[in-house]
Amino acid sequence: MSANTMYNVSTNPHVLHKDSTQSIMRDVTYALIPATVFGIVNIFMHSAAAGINSLLTVIVSIASAVAAEYVWEKCMKKPITTGDWSAVVTGLLIGMNMPPRIPLYMPILGSVFAIIIVKQLFGGIGQNFMNPALAARCFLLLSFGSYMNNFLIDGATVDGVSSATPIAILKGTAEGAYPALGKLFIGNVGGTIGETSALLLIIGGLYLIYRKVISWKIPVIYTAVFAVFMLIFGGHGFDLNFVLCEVFGGGLMLGAWFMATDYVSSPITPNGQIVYAVILGCLTGIFRVFGNSAEGVSFAIIFTNILVPIIEMYTMPKAFGREGEKK
Amino acid sequence: MNKYFKTFFNGIITENPTFVLMLGMCPTLAVTTSAINGIGMGLSTTAVLMLANLLIGILHGIIPDKVRIPSYIVIIATFVTVVDLVLQAFVPSLYSALGIYIPLIVVNCIIFGRAESFASKNGPLLSLVDGLGMGLGFTGAITIIGLVREFFGAGTAFGIDVLGRIPGFTPISTFIMAPGALFVVAILTALQNKLKAPSATNTPEGEARMACGGNCANCAGAAFVHNKELIDKRNAQIEAEKAAAKKAAAEKAAAAKMAAAEKAAAGAVKAAANAGGEVKK
Repeated sequence: MSANTMYNVSTNPHVLHKDSTQSIMRDVTYALIPATVFGIVNIFMHSAAAGINSLLTVIVSIASAVAAEYVWEKCMKKPITTGDWSAVVTGLLIGMNMPPRIPLYMPILGSVFAIIIVKQLFGGIGQNFMNPALAARCFLLLSFGSYMNNFLIDGATVDGVSSATPIAILKGTAEGAYPALGKLFIGNVGGTIGETSALLLIIGGLYLIYRKVISWKIPVIYTAVFAVFMLIFGGHGFDLNFVLCEVFGGGLMLGAWFMATDYVSSPITPNGQIVYAVILGCLTGIFRVFGNSAEGVSFAIIFTNILVPIIEMYTMPKAFGREGEKK
Repeated sequence: MNKYFKTFFNGIITENPTFVLMLGMCPTLAVTTSAINGIGMGLSTTAVLMLANLLIGILHGIIPDKVRIPSYIVIIATFVTVVDLVLQAFVPSLYSALGIYIPLIVVNCIIFGRAESFASKNGPLLSLVDGLGMGLGFTGAITIIGLVREFFGAGTAFGIDVLGRIPGFTPISTFIMAPGALFVVAILTALQNKLKAPSATNTPEGEARMACGGNCANCAGAAFVHNKELIDKRNAQIEAEKAAAKKAAAEKAAAAKMAAAEKAAAGAVKAAANAGGEVKK
């Protein structure tokens, strides 16, 4: 070695993993597709018009999210990040959170709101303080309550899909038959386009765990805490059927597996994730039992997103070798 | 005459209370659900502001400095009560729309700010013009905010149906709820910064343009700045005393230790001497 050799001096990380934002976001998209397709087909089976509208809703949500990101970054002269699939995931989640017969300009408005106001204004990918898709859902829910809570499909002949959401029936805010658990688990019930099939959502979530995209902590603890909360405070006594209906009936599976686990807006510390999931479970229960609306997952998640910096501050692990040090 | 015009436009544009000074945010966010409410609130505030400025401009030589804030409150509250009763008598619909925010004009910081920073230093006529300018600036600003919120949130402008004529249109009702106020004010401020219009933090001189006039030497907070030296001195003295006490204690302890060590050493020497004696024996 001569003294004149040039060495490449750089800061860490020195070893690059093959995972990238793109590959992770693509995995999330793959995991979401079965539930979305099932939802659309299921709606289509009962009413062709509503099915086509659902399909268009999902397509339009994704397209407008990607377009909003591209146009904003072009106008602001920032590097274009539409290739990393994150806008696709946001758009897909917004589409999955829409009821079947929504007017198409509403998901467009939601996607633009999610991408520009919630994501880009705070600095783009990795900087948003709450989940953009859920913020958009809550924005639409507050703005167009009558459209967002209308799950009825015109021309439906089979009951189940044509009725209100199962949890709305359980709460007593809507008329309808008490949903059968098996039907509800597979997803042959009313609800938003992508939230109905608990089975396919869980399979998607397990795929993400297998691919090491998410950890089991948040979804499992969230669901467990919620179930315990409903057993104690649900007002139905020790009724397992009721608790399972609440767990699989609404947006909980979609929220717990795919939206609460969003990298940017969930805690990074292992203990923090447990605290986060416990808060989520309790808040969802509180909103569902004591709130006006039958659904509470979206508000619980965006509310807890705001608490994440505080949770991280108190759960920061000690660096190796410094465990014994006092503060 | 030029002085009066300058003061008047100062309130409307250069030091617009809402967009530049960022004062009176509570009524700005709370009552701007429609343009009409904005105008009503703005004009009520303007009336109070003008009359209070006029009276304070007349009385500022008489009011003792130490009780000026309570005196201002009495003056402002008087005019607010007048406006409150007049609105209730002649425009009951506006009165019920504005609700608690009319009595709350008493604690509106635009009125206090102008009384403290302008009317108490200038003559009555100039203060009156300042009140008019500031009031109209506030009215214009909250009417614009109200118009934007009403346009998107209800599809109307000044109560006239505009967007509602489009078939299938549903108003985005978030805009007339609380989050809408924050969105609209934030976006208007962002535009203002983007266009490099004057704002509280965006001046050509590069310095903050604050409600107090930015004259820190005459600011009440300046008392703390002036006293900082004294406070620091006293703190330093206390620290020094503490350090001295600690040092004394440490010295005492060290002395005691030394004495003990000496005693021990002496004992050892004695023992050694004894041992030596024994050996000698």
